[in-house]
Amino acid sequence: MLIKRTSANDIKPSEITPEGIYLNRRKFMLGGLGAATGLAANGLSAAVKVADWSKLPDSEFNTSEDLTPYKSVTTYNNFYELGYGKEDPHENADKLQTANWKIKVDGLCEKPATYQLEDFISGSKLEDRIYRLRCVEAWSMVIPWVGIPVADIIAKSKPLAKAKYVAFQTIHDPKNLPGQKRNVLDWPYREGLRIDEAANPLTIFAVGLYGKVMPNQNGAPIRLVVPWKYGFKSAKSIVAMSFVEKEPPTAWNTQTPHEYGFYSNVNPTVSHPRWSQARERRIGEFRKRKTLMFNGYSEQVAHMYEGMDLAKYF
Amino acid sequence: MRNILIKTFLHIACWIPAVYLTWLFLTDQAGANPFEFVTRETGHWVLRFLLITLTISPLARLISYPSLVTSYRRLFGLYAYTYGVIHLLTYLWLDQFFDWGEILKDTFKRPFIFAGSFAIVLLTPLALTSTRYAVIKLGPLWRKIHRLVYVAVVAGILHYWWQVRADYLEVAIYTAVLVLLFAWRLYYIYARAARAKARAQSS
Repeated sequence: MLIKRTSANDIKPSEITPEGIYLNRRKFMLGGLGAATGLAANGLSAAVKVADWSKLPDSEFNTSEDLTPYKSVTTYNNFYELGYGKEDPHENADKLQTANWKIKVDGLCEKPATYQLEDFISGSKLEDRIYRLRCVEAWSMVIPWVGIPVADIIAKSKPLAKAKYVAFQTIHDPKNLPGQKRNVLDWPYREGLRIDEAANPLTIFAVGLYGKVMPNQNGAPIRLVVPWKYGFKSAKSIVAMSFVEKEPPTAWNTQTPHEYGFYSNVNPTVSHPRWSQARERRIGEFRKRKTLMFNGYSEQVAHMYEGMDLAKYF
Repeated sequence: MRNILIKTFLHIACWIPAVYLTWLFLTDQAGANPFEFVTRETGHWVLRFLLITLTISPLARLISYPSLVTSYRRLFGLYAYTYGVIHLLTYLWLDQFFDWGEILKDTFKRPFIFAGSFAIVLLTPLALTSTRYAVIKLGPLWRKIHRLVYVAVVAGILHYWWQVRADYLEVAIYTAVLVLLFAWRLYYIYARAARAKARAQSS
């Protein structure tokens, strides 16, 4: 723990945009060149103009709460592919290979295709989305993501009427990913959403955070962000999405069905069987705060669950 | 004299984890969630100290050095208890902020919290009767009371098993060590009975 290892993925302190400056876009643009170095390391450089990342449109969904510091966001992660401890993903970040990343879209849709990452997102406008993230382990963060609405990809793929769910699959590379050498989960990591959840304006594919290309430990090069659900629903390093008729199997639900439901909406009134979900520790804060229904996004998502028993469909 | 030197060394060694954790905490090296970090790490040290304590007696027999037990076992046992109290305090304070209603509810609703608290409560009479005076005063009863350590360590291990989400490697290692220590004791009891029987037959 004492030894500070510098990995390829570490961003030098000089490169990190302080949270205050990040919010002040004019100033940020002046210093925005630093982001270019990060971009070149990832498959995104060809399609996305660096300058665009510093003046992305604000979203109406952005929270004005204090951002969780960049250092915390990138050193405290649950990303089992890169190790099971919280600091492991940061330490093992360079084990994730993201060059020449492709994403396959298939299943019940008119336009199945395999995209290069640049092409996958090129039809959409990148947006800043400052979201709360609530982990199932009762801690939370506020993270400024850069991403595109999943709804755009759904529209582009033209799902058939039969398609009721979207299944997501993430990278499977047991040779390089230390966490996939043991079957603590049934690899590859799979996630799924009902199609209306996936198409909800809140749901995004994120390709960056803090105005920078996505750090490997946060799910580079592209990940889901579903802010009203527990963090594990926001699958990282996505390689495929598939339109399906039936509820698809998901990683944690397959491993421990009675603890991790398919829906896994943030809900302070439904305990995890082993611990309470009523409160959470916002990273960086001492006192715990009350967890909000749907992580505070009721206005945008509650209508999708009307009439459902959320204790049963947890 | 040698005994005092060794004891001083052991006392210093046993405080190193606590001092190290405090240092990490105070110098912002305990990660993004230092409260969870301190709770987790002190929990590990309780189990480690308990397992070390339970290793002393078999080790003393193995190397035919019985004074190992009288000289050092209590020391490790008391550190197990000390770290246990610190660990419990991190839960009561940093997790629940001394909200006693919530703590009671949590304790009786969550098996892993119950098992952990139960283990510390169970170790309390052992710590209180660890003085030489108590050993003499209690006589044969002392041994019986101190067998509670076996119940406490099993509860402690369960406390760990019940909160793992997916990676069981470390708790499996602790469990394996405990099973080994239990097996050793059972073997010893069996061997002693066999010797007694042989003696009875030969006489």
